[in-house]
Amino acid sequence: MKVIDKILQTSKKFLEETGELAYFSARFFKEATKRPFEFKEFLRQCYNMGNSSLLLVGVTGFIIGLVFTLQSRPTLQEFGAVSWIPSMVGISIIREIGPIITALICAGRIGSGIGAELGSMRVTEQIDAMEVSGTNPFKYLVVTRIMATTLMLPILVFFGDAIAIYGSFLVENIKGDVSILLYFNEVFKHLEFGDIIPATIKSFFFGFAIGLVGCFKGFTCKKGTAGVGIAANSAVVYTSMLLFIIDFIAVFLTDIFYDL
Amino acid sequence: MKEIRENRKPVVEITNLYKSYGGNKVLDAFNLKLYEGENLVVMGKSGSGKSVMIKCLIGLEEPDSGSISIMGQAIKTLSREELDELRTEIGFLFQGSALYDSMSVRENLEFPLRRHTKKFGVIKDTTPLVMEALQNVGLAHAIDLMPNELSGGMKRRVALARTLILQPKIILYDEPTTGLDPITAKEIILLMKNIQQQYKTSSIIITHDVDCARVISNRMILLVEGTNYAEGTFDELKALKDEKVQAFFK
Repeated sequence: MKVIDKILQTSKKFLEETGELAYFSARFFKEATKRPFEFKEFLRQCYNMGNSSLLLVGVTGFIIGLVFTLQSRPTLQEFGAVSWIPSMVGISIIREIGPIITALICAGRIGSGIGAELGSMRVTEQIDAMEVSGTNPFKYLVVTRIMATTLMLPILVFFGDAIAIYGSFLVENIKGDVSILLYFNEVFKHLEFGDIIPATIKSFFFGFAIGLVGCFKGFTCKKGTAGVGIAANSAVVYTSMLLFIIDFIAVFLTDIFYDL
Repeated sequence: MKEIRENRKPVVEITNLYKSYGGNKVLDAFNLKLYEGENLVVMGKSGSGKSVMIKCLIGLEEPDSGSISIMGQAIKTLSREELDELRTEIGFLFQGSALYDSMSVRENLEFPLRRHTKKFGVIKDTTPLVMEALQNVGLAHAIDLMPNELSGGMKRRVALARTLILQPKIILYDEPTTGLDPITAKEIILLMKNIQQQYKTSSIIITHDVDCARVISNRMILLVEGTNYAEGTFDELKALKDEKVQAFFK
């Protein structure tokens, strides 16, 4: 009986939290369309998020491109299909690996940061102070952050993709003596808009999910300073789960529209 | 004191305020009137509902029932925009100062100022106003410091300056001396008194610091189990023989 009670309680908590997240998201759309717009804070957040994640996304992308090529090269060599490496790497990085890996990195880097920052502002009454000074903290803190992650993630994905393909080229250049022109020509020859556009649209949703969950967890943080840790941690866990769900839906829809 | 009540209208009026969390009744038919130019101290034990009451007053918490009127406006009937506008007339000093830690002292003070163009117009150079507010709390030299570079007492003063910069008519103090050493606490109390004389504000001060209540109060309310237990001047209450009242003055 205890096990059933626990399952029921967990399910109830999960459903309640999903409802609250849906309400939070609806409030975002309502507040985002109302004046005044906090444009300066939005730009500051864009700069902070992009700048802080650029190196991490770049290094990860470079290593992924490098390792991906190194790992797949011997197998493809056995079948005499080494010439397929640029197109294979290009398509897989741009369609799937680039967006999801960049989004997961940003969920850890940006999502947890937002959760911790807003959480600590909540427990130290800074959000209340903003509210009583007649400023709408939701607009100033939440709307700007969600919009910044939504805009910056696709840019970071493009950057990560480019670095990953460059990493792959370096392996091909060393092992197969392929020139940069030939390599990138081969990559783009097999790429279609059907590969790039769904991945870009997907990246906007990834960015939105990272900002939304991070802000939700931080803004609704309770239980004092311990709550800040929980907010940061759960922001990463929930966002990662949400990213895979969005990815699944995006691939499913792409499959229907582009008939892969 | 009676003269104040007879000649001046109440700027804040709370009638039959109820608030509970789950089964825990925090405020139980609480009533309060704050008159213009008055310093009203609300004293009570921890958990007696003081902070909840002040948060209901400013609209941070929603009461279960009862009415709250500030400067003649019932806050329940106000839209978000109207409430924000009314809030520019009310200053709130938080127990933990609540300075924005990602902003410098200057930015902390500029933040509310830049947002209320209706009240102040568009201010191109905020420095004179920021400096004036900081000079009033004796911290003009700290203008470019970050909150983490300030001591507890300095933080409280900067928070007070941030409260004053909007030139509020009413100031709410939530435990203004808690966590400060006796000397700094005394300085803050005197500062609060000077501010009241200089700006002619009306204030509600939530505290359990008897010294603070003695120096600053025109009138006091003792809050016991969410309800008004006793009301009067500091001397009137101190003279009462009631055991619960005397517990506050020991």
